[in-house]
Amino acid sequence: MSTFFAMNGYGFYIWSAYGVAALALIIEIVSLRVRRKAALDQARMTAPDVAIDSRAVAQ
Amino acid sequence: MLATPNWFKYSSPTAFYPLAEKMIPWFAGLAGLLAAVGLYVGLLVAPTDFQQGDAYRIIFIHVPAAWMSMFLYLAMACWSAMALGFNTRLSGMMAQAIAPTGALMTFIALWTGAFWGRPTWGTYWAWDARMTSELILLFLYLGVIALRNAIDDPRRADRACALLTLTGIVNIPIIYFSVYWWNTLHQGSSISLTKAPAMAAVMLAGMLIMSLAAWFYSIAASLARVRAIILERECNTVWVAELPEVRNA
Repeated sequence: MSTFFAMNGYGFYIWSAYGVAALALIIEIVSLRVRRKAALDQARMTAPDVAIDSRAVAQ
Repeated sequence: MLATPNWFKYSSPTAFYPLAEKMIPWFAGLAGLLAAVGLYVGLLVAPTDFQQGDAYRIIFIHVPAAWMSMFLYLAMACWSAMALGFNTRLSGMMAQAIAPTGALMTFIALWTGAFWGRPTWGTYWAWDARMTSELILLFLYLGVIALRNAIDDPRRADRACALLTLTGIVNIPIIYFSVYWWNTLHQGSSISLTKAPAMAAVMLAGMLIMSLAAWFYSIAASLARVRAIILERECNTVWVAELPEVRNA
């Protein structure tokens, strides 16, 4: 296992590259979730009431 | 006569929002699966390179990220051209959605390239044509994102960003051909359509699997972002107000 992580002496370079790439992807995925949540909150705040009214009329 | 689906239907954000929702799990799932296989092949199955030692294993993320950085720019440019030509709302939103993922892939390509260059060439960075033009690509992505944030009206921002994106497309062939046009520290490509690949089959397989994973990841991330953008930009509309996720707080 430790020989795997050592990568014949190149471990520092390989895991610096893979680690930061993985971190960057995680940051993007988390920020996408945050952005969707914020967009939904904004939509709930600004949603026109007509939607609910028209639904009420239709029923 | 076969009934063909009306694709133009999906050029409206109203129709595309639920379609994207259905597509995201497939692309994200395939990306995760292919990345797991690709990493297994790249880190455990592929043999140590006789010239570069194990440092070469960085290419399994470097090359897919570098390819995606260019593909995503072209995709962003296509949507930009459509936004300018047809003035469709979804086109500008798609171009907006791709930019951050493109910037991310460019950053990963530059970062992993540095950590490959240090043990292989003896330096993290050189101002050679390939690396400099890739750095300019990162600045183009960041410039498009910054320009978008500087303009309040989203439709004006669509057009301004589309113009900047289409101007910057000149950089893509410069990146691609830089290793042929100039004598660069960066090596030429190891695989081409006309010659046999200059690498072992298992290494090539790992790289192609990781490239597919990068494709599917980028599509899933861009679709997830465009859904948020649609909500942001259509938040005053009735159809958004009637979405179950908006109604049921």
